[in-house]
Amino acid sequence: MTLLIDILTSLLLIAGAVFFLGGTIGLFRFPDVYTRLHALTKADNVGLGLMMAGLSLQADSLATVGKLLLIWLLVLLASASVAHLIAKTARQRGIEPWKQ
Amino acid sequence: MEAITLLQLIFDTLLGFTLLWLAWQALSSPDLFRAIVLFIAFGLLMALTWVRLNAPDIALAEAAIGAGLTGALLLSALARLKAKNSATIMTEQVKNKPLFWLLLTMLSLAVTSGLAFSVLTLQENSPGLSIWVLENIETSGVSNPVTAVLLNYRGYDTLLEMSVLLVALLGIWSLGGVPKRHDSFPGQILNILIPLLVPLLIMVAGYLLWAGAHAPGGAFQAGSLLGAAGILFLLVGWQFGTQFMGLPLRIMITFGLALFIAVGVALMLFGNQFLEYPSSLAGSLIFLIEAAATLSIGITLAALFLGGRPGLRRHK
Repeated sequence: MTLLIDILTSLLLIAGAVFFLGGTIGLFRFPDVYTRLHALTKADNVGLGLMMAGLSLQADSLATVGKLLLIWLLVLLASASVAHLIAKTARQRGIEPWKQ
Repeated sequence: MEAITLLQLIFDTLLGFTLLWLAWQALSSPDLFRAIVLFIAFGLLMALTWVRLNAPDIALAEAAIGAGLTGALLLSALARLKAKNSATIMTEQVKNKPLFWLLLTMLSLAVTSGLAFSVLTLQENSPGLSIWVLENIETSGVSNPVTAVLLNYRGYDTLLEMSVLLVALLGIWSLGGVPKRHDSFPGQILNILIPLLVPLLIMVAGYLLWAGAHAPGGAFQAGSLLGAAGILFLLVGWQFGTQFMGLPLRIMITFGLALFIAVGVALMLFGNQFLEYPSSLAGSLIFLIEAAATLSIGITLAALFLGGRPGLRRHK
């Protein structure tokens, strides 16, 4: 049983890391601020969610799971809002979205 | 097990070099905005380093104050600089370059070799003072050794730290009134986000204050969260009534320090030394002092962000 949980945790953590890697590559490779924001916030939110799920499986108590969940929700809230604020400021400064 | 140790070694080495690189980039970047962002990233990685060194208390303080609040202060200072002269802010160029670099290199080398020498001559697994700290933890009134040191064994240091914060604020206040801010339109998102975040920040501050007795946390970490809540309010342009900006504000700012000193002096009246808590009362006294300190630190940090003495009319 523990082995199964450990394997599941590893899979979730690795999947999370893949999303983080994707977000980071997007940040470096995407052409403008809007697409970069999209890559970074979306991929990182999913990546963090997967990691929190993986860590929750190893938690000793439900309280710890609750704290991990709370951290994820707060990061979701913060990253969505900050992405919006940065994009809005970029729009106001007249940065045009990238078109092929 | 071997593989995990190796992974940790790789991670720590990477962390150390990234810190050095970020510090260098932050210092050498001619673009001040870039430098500030790098400094914030440096603070976050520094917090991670403290976690790796098993010092979660310092990690919390570093993340909240070193990266968060200092970053906000630096950004608002940059905004003021930009408002003053519209030209892009560039760091001043040094005139005598070779001599400057020579001096800089020698100074860095001296500091680095001094540090390396002291680290290498450290006894391995030296327990330091931790034996005495843990031996006397029963009488300190708290079970978190860090809080025991900060508020009990070395209460004097914390008292002086709080007065440094107060003096810093007085320094800013002596520079003049609150700068006139451009009317900012925070927009819907911030207006929704902030009523959600501020109660949460206050709750977490209370939690950190309470947890400080037995787990990482304490007045400075909790205070910095309150300060962050205040800064959020200031960012969206919420105005606090002018009737609170005079005496009430000053009382709140000095309350923590005043209570700290008052407790210390009151203990002297009962035949103790300054700040020598009787062990039966120590827990309650520490909590009382920390609660007052949290409030004052929070308001002081938010006032630092305000960048001037509130209520003072600015002469043009």
